[in-house]
Amino acid sequence: MKHTGKAWKFGDDIDTDAIIPARYLNTSDPLELKKHCMEDAAPDFPKKVATGDIIVADKNFGCGSSREHAPIAIKAAGVACVIAKSFARIFYRNSFNMGLPILESKEAAGDIKSGHEIEIDMDSGEIRNITTGHRFKAEAIPLFMQELIADGGLIAHIKKTL
Amino acid sequence: MSMTITEKILAHHADMPRVEPGQLINASVDIALANDITAPIAIKAFRETGAKKVFDRERIVLVPDHFVPNKDIDSAMQVKMLRDFAREHDLKYFFELGEMGIEHALLPEQGIVLPGDLVIGADSHTCTYGGIGAFATGVGSTDLGAAMATGKAWFKVPESIKFFFNGKFSPYVGGKDLILYVIGDIGVDGALYRAMEFDGPAVLELSIENRLTMANMAIEAGAKNGITAPDKKTLAYVESRAKRGYKIYQSDDNAKYIETRDYDVSGIPPQVAFPHLPENTKSIFEATDVAIDQAVIGSCTNGRIEDLRVAAQVLKGHKIAPYVRLIIIPATPLIYRQALREGLFEIFLEAGGIISPPTCGPCLGGYMGILAKGERAVATTNRNFVGRMGHTESEVYLANPAIAAASAVKGRLAHPDELR
Ligand code: SF4
Repeated sequence: MKHTGKAWKFGDDIDTDAIIPARYLNTSDPLELKKHCMEDAAPDFPKKVATGDIIVADKNFGCGSSREHAPIAIKAAGVACVIAKSFARIFYRNSFNMGLPILESKEAAGDIKSGHEIEIDMDSGEIRNITTGHRFKAEAIPLFMQELIADGGLIAHIKKTL
Repeated sequence: MSMTITEKILAHHADMPRVEPGQLINASVDIALANDITAPIAIKAFRETGAKKVFDRERIVLVPDHFVPNKDIDSAMQVKMLRDFAREHDLKYFFELGEMGIEHALLPEQGIVLPGDLVIGADSHTCTYGGIGAFATGVGSTDLGAAMATGKAWFKVPESIKFFFNGKFSPYVGGKDLILYVIGDIGVDGALYRAMEFDGPAVLELSIENRLTMANMAIEAGAKNGITAPDKKTLAYVESRAKRGYKIYQSDDNAKYIETRDYDVSGIPPQVAFPHLPENTKSIFEATDVAIDQAVIGSCTNGRIEDLRVAAQVLKGHKIAPYVRLIIIPATPLIYRQALREGLFEIFLEAGGIISPPTCGPCLGGYMGILAKGERAVATTNRNFVGRMGHTESEVYLANPAIAAASAVKGRLAHPDELR
């Protein structure tokens, strides 16, 4: 499945407090959470982000807390995919469980700047920077996690087996 | 075939003779934990699985600690969800206000988590229990909700890094300083996806409380878990608390590590992590020109009785600086009563501090000590991200309880020797 969107570029170690600050965690309502998505890293993000945009970041994206509110807020904000040099462990796991597509590629994250047009192919893991014309291949997704996605996330997977 | 302690615990819980790094396994969990922020989403996920009953009413632990005593109506609604779920499933471990403490201080204290356990918690600092030789790791709410239904979770077996500590401790140096030093050394993603194993004579010299502090911050280096193999001290700690059986694991002598790092603690002074990452560490001696507005002594990292004793010892006979706030948060009701009995509260109050009921409160910028724009706090907590304790233009400096106490007196970052 191919998707094209505009990139928002962030740096290293974007933590879960930057993605969704703890002061808003007295609710898990996606519509509330999306109003504050990324606001401590880029204050105008919640207002300006458009459906289908792509977040691109350097290393260790999503470090810090285990809060699933982070991928929920990103998904609710309309972000189609997150590309990063590397992901923090719990964020990586949560994203698959929640159905937020994420791709790991050092080269792509190094090349892409804010405002670039990006095309991604989730099936093949191919990333194309339309603005620069460069192409990249993301790290392969482990077979087990592909199964999770195919089943529609962890809960659907459990339902099948319970 | 030789294995590390982490590999052994995972293999045992996956019912396999051995496992290797990189392998995906489905393992049984001994304890599944969630708090007032993460449990509501986990409960929704549990319901969506269609399960009618939890896998074991004695192995699910719900601790409302983050915004409790309820800070506002939304928080009260979240806690009510936990309470209702606990009633519905007759959970053995739901902690009502009065019994409630900060989850990662409470579970080892109450003997709910034990050596050799496999523990998952919808809270990143679940890794704390590695301090008593358990495999413990943070997961998301969906994972937790699924585990409440099935009693199982999937894992990728991590590679292990060994951190080996030798040497003699300098005064006022403990587990907090060692872990801050390591994070300063390897960075906030220095152990990404890996197991951090703490070993060596200096680590074994540390109390169980200090070992819990070290494992607590493994996540701050990106690790999946932190762990110290049980020894006599561990057994003495768990013996009187355990209400069920447990198993002791040790790494084999020829177990495989992706890396071994050696440290001489003799050369490690008290550490301070500057904003806005735990890896921005400096020696306290290079940090004494930083003025502070608030000192917070508490949290799952350093809110245990030993931490309060150290703080009281430094504060005794001193007053905190004008225009500085000192907030002390005993992590559990038991610690609270113990501190009261030992006369520590008298010292804190004499010094000009306040004592909070057990709660996460300011640690995550929830309430009970939020920072204004431009303010700085020294805190015994574990994270100093942008906005972590309040305004996005406020700052948090991470340190041990002795440094936090001395800094409150001086009104700037300070070593306790400066109070003599
Ligand atoms: S004390 Fe702080 S770090 Fe520990 S569980 Fe509470 S919020 Fe998290």
